[in-house]
Amino acid sequence: MSEHILSLMTFFPLLGMLIVLMLPRENGGLLKIATLVVTLITFIISLPLALDPVFKTSAAMHYTELVPWISVGDYFHMNYSVGIDGISLWLVMLTTFIMPITVLSTWNAVDKNVKGFMALMLLLETAMLGAFISLDLFLFYIFWELMLIPMYFMIGIWGGSNRIYAAVKFFIYTAVGSLLMLVAIIYLYYFAVQSGAGANGFSITDFYNLSMHPEMQKWLFLAFAFSFAIKVPMFPVHTWLPDAHTEAPTAGSVILAAVMLKMGTYGYLRFAMPLFPDALQLFLPWLAALSVIGIIYGALVAMMQKDVKKLVAYSSVSHLGFVMLGLFALNSIGVSGSILQMINHGISTGALFLIVGFLYERRHTRLISEFGGLSKQMPVFAVIFMIVTLSSIGLPALNGFVGEFMILLGAFESDLRWFAVFATSGVILAAVYMLWMFQRVMFGKLDNPKNQNLKDLSVREVCVMLPLLVFIFWIGVYPNTFLEKMEPAVNQAIYQITAESQATGYGYGEHSACPQDDVSGAAGKYHQQDGSGYHH
Amino acid sequence: MENLVQTAMQNVNFAAIMPSLVLSCFGMALLLLNAFLKRGTTLYAALLSMVGLGATAVVTYAGWNNPQFGFAGQVALDNYAVFFHFIFLLAAALTILMSDAYLKREGYPVSEYYTLILFSTVGAMLMASGTDMMTIFLGLEVMSVALYVLAGFFRSQLKSNEAGLKYFLLGSFSTGFLLFGIALIYAVTGTTNVADIGNQLTMNHHLLADPICIAGMLLLATGFLFKIAVVPFHMWTPDVYEGSPTPITAFMSAGPKAAAFAAFMRVFLIGLGTLHSSWVGMLWVLAVLTMIVGNFIALKQTNLKRMLAYSSIAHAGYALVGLVASNAIGVSAVLFYMVAYTLMNLGAFAVLVLAGKVGEENLTLEGFSGFGYKRPVLAVLMCICLFSLMGIPPSAGFTGKFYIFAGALNAGYVWLAVLGVLNSAVSLYYYLRVMVYMYFRAPEEEFEWVQLKPGATLCAVISVVGILVLGIVPSAFMALARQALF
Repeated sequence: MSEHILSLMTFFPLLGMLIVLMLPRENGGLLKIATLVVTLITFIISLPLALDPVFKTSAAMHYTELVPWISVGDYFHMNYSVGIDGISLWLVMLTTFIMPITVLSTWNAVDKNVKGFMALMLLLETAMLGAFISLDLFLFYIFWELMLIPMYFMIGIWGGSNRIYAAVKFFIYTAVGSLLMLVAIIYLYYFAVQSGAGANGFSITDFYNLSMHPEMQKWLFLAFAFSFAIKVPMFPVHTWLPDAHTEAPTAGSVILAAVMLKMGTYGYLRFAMPLFPDALQLFLPWLAALSVIGIIYGALVAMMQKDVKKLVAYSSVSHLGFVMLGLFALNSIGVSGSILQMINHGISTGALFLIVGFLYERRHTRLISEFGGLSKQMPVFAVIFMIVTLSSIGLPALNGFVGEFMILLGAFESDLRWFAVFATSGVILAAVYMLWMFQRVMFGKLDNPKNQNLKDLSVREVCVMLPLLVFIFWIGVYPNTFLEKMEPAVNQAIYQITAESQATGYGYGEHSACPQDDVSGAAGKYHQQDGSGYHH
Repeated sequence: MENLVQTAMQNVNFAAIMPSLVLSCFGMALLLLNAFLKRGTTLYAALLSMVGLGATAVVTYAGWNNPQFGFAGQVALDNYAVFFHFIFLLAAALTILMSDAYLKREGYPVSEYYTLILFSTVGAMLMASGTDMMTIFLGLEVMSVALYVLAGFFRSQLKSNEAGLKYFLLGSFSTGFLLFGIALIYAVTGTTNVADIGNQLTMNHHLLADPICIAGMLLLATGFLFKIAVVPFHMWTPDVYEGSPTPITAFMSAGPKAAAFAAFMRVFLIGLGTLHSSWVGMLWVLAVLTMIVGNFIALKQTNLKRMLAYSSIAHAGYALVGLVASNAIGVSAVLFYMVAYTLMNLGAFAVLVLAGKVGEENLTLEGFSGFGYKRPVLAVLMCICLFSLMGIPPSAGFTGKFYIFAGALNAGYVWLAVLGVLNSAVSLYYYLRVMVYMYFRAPEEEFEWVQLKPGATLCAVISVVGILVLGIVPSAFMALARQALF
């Protein structure tokens, strides 16, 4: 049983989808309950993973399963090969955790064609989980592409007024990137076969050990990096995101922000960076520069938005810039911070989209100018909104602070010092746009008559927010629960990225004098820094 | 004299043409039967044709791993031929499934229609199993003549007439090219047998530079590429596809196209294999042009039938990529892709047949507004076919494209693969647009749907099941495609 836990977790939602499809179309409540139950059971199935202490000490893949899947003579071997380490563990947990919350949030929001919506949600969960646990590049690609279909329909059918444009743009942007990645995957496979490493199919762990010529790495890296950069999204291929986020229904926005964007950053960490370490060194300054541009640009554009949802969408661009910068720092503290920030962003921005959803359900508008003084009318809502806002800004003792602080620290310690200096301004700008928005929506006079009899949050809505609030505080106060389990895997990943470029002798930069020392040194430091962090 | 008869009889091996014989017999029996039964009902004809196709499948299967040669090297029922036979039988069967309801709706319940489909399939089979240029030509003519009639089958409809005439004129013109090419190659090598042509060219290297030989090769290519509808020989396709009866359009885009591919690959890889360096560059360019022209013009189409016509041009381009690769994986990928394409295209056309009203004025994008709410199951089937045509996993279309581009990369054609996937990216837009209309737009008022017809629905369901099976567990099937290489 426990050795099949990942498969069970991944395909249970698919099974649930089939059940949901068989339920009567008219009974929306039943469909919602069934979906909620399926996602809750999926979460329970995944829970033992988070509690397993093995990740504290081992960087290897655990819960692995390997079944030969496609085998075409001596041409191809594709395996159903899955497993998780301390990095994917938390992304898997984030997915299974956020799904029931999202389903709960649709209770009043989705009333047309409930059956289709719920079926797509469950299909999406399978695809997302599958992508996080795949250890075979081909398998990963299948799940990666499969993810597009449900989200396309969710935006297109249940989205806002400009939904068609947003849905098609979302689909085409993401698919174009991944098609080029497909070519790179096939090319990589042939190279692996030539070097005698293709015996296990598209096994990612085998591919790590290939030594490729830098010129070849360069092109393959570009194909992978482009595809993931669209998903993250990094400046300047971020333009699909504000459209998709704004037009998507609340549940779609939450999933997009909380999980699907992490596919891109995860892709960098799991695939693009360790597979092509030399190419990474070559492009590192450019990528870091794009991340910093993303941070500042996203924040500046967010500041000027009139629509709350668009503001949150652009803030995502800014936050994901931080995540990328942390990854590119290539030291333990930066990368750990970046993974933590992926989770933080999932929780905080997910929560923000839910909050926007609450407002929209009540007023059917999201324009900041329509609101004002809501705190008097909706005190519970005000408290929750405040906490989430502060968490998104990165107030100490809340989750956002730990992640951003570690990322900036990591960047300062690496070659990216000057990038970190500029990135820090993003933290200030975040405070500006978030607090300004909060002030305009919640404080001031309650002078718009339409706002004067708004209802405060219902029990269900508080239940939706409560789990998120728990983790906002938990990560803010005691991040070690999460950090200690990702540390071995992170160190291993960094070793793979930095040591290999040296070992092959193809290294471009003078980075990473002694990877082993670097890693342990940084790891030691962040424990100290954390300590100072939460007593702030 | 006796001696001559004996020698001739020794070469006769009916097992090699058994599938064509059986299917021809059914076709002729059907023709006879028509004379005695009263007009107006066609169901029996459809059923009898299906029985015929089933019987043919059985005798065809006897040739798998049991190659039969006959008629002095003119015909071979090898694995390659058997594989293609099954594609034609599949295409014909799916076409017949969707035809009955369609013919009734359009007011042409004429059972000769089925006879013609059977004869056209016989021609296709001869093309795939022909190992002599003359047999291939014979097969091509049998197939084409039946198709000319089928394209113009609705004799009172202007568009159908135009389709028939256009196809006939341009088709016979291109056949002329093919014949001329055969003649020139014969002039150089002194044989029409494909394998002998190959041997002659391999042994006499000076022939390779002979301009007559090159000219012959180019003319042959023109003849085949016309039937495959490769740019720049594609001009007939959109009009013919739009004007023909919808099931016939579906059939033409799958069966005959696969037949032309079968003969083209046999002739060019075996007969003209030594000329590989002369034709591969040309095919590279044509493959890219075909993908680009097909996809970009499809972007502008508002009639679904016409859009699928242009998309079928683009798909011929993808398949051509596998032939350019000319390696085992590339060629077996072409075989695989032909099956995948047959399934996804016929599935999509079956939905069009079910959705169409009399005269099919409503097969526009606007006509599909809200289809997803009016006919949820059909719309889902359509979506799966479209996703497969796009090449989104897990579908047969994705697996097929994956193998094709893998073949190209394996042969070192990186840019061809890149251009191929970029073209797929372009195609996303027009396939997605169909779904935009089906799901993202409100249904139009006064929407009268014909009843769900069991035949066409079954056709769509079979296609979709096939798409998913080939998409999720393709190994066994890919192994078959691999064994089918000559």
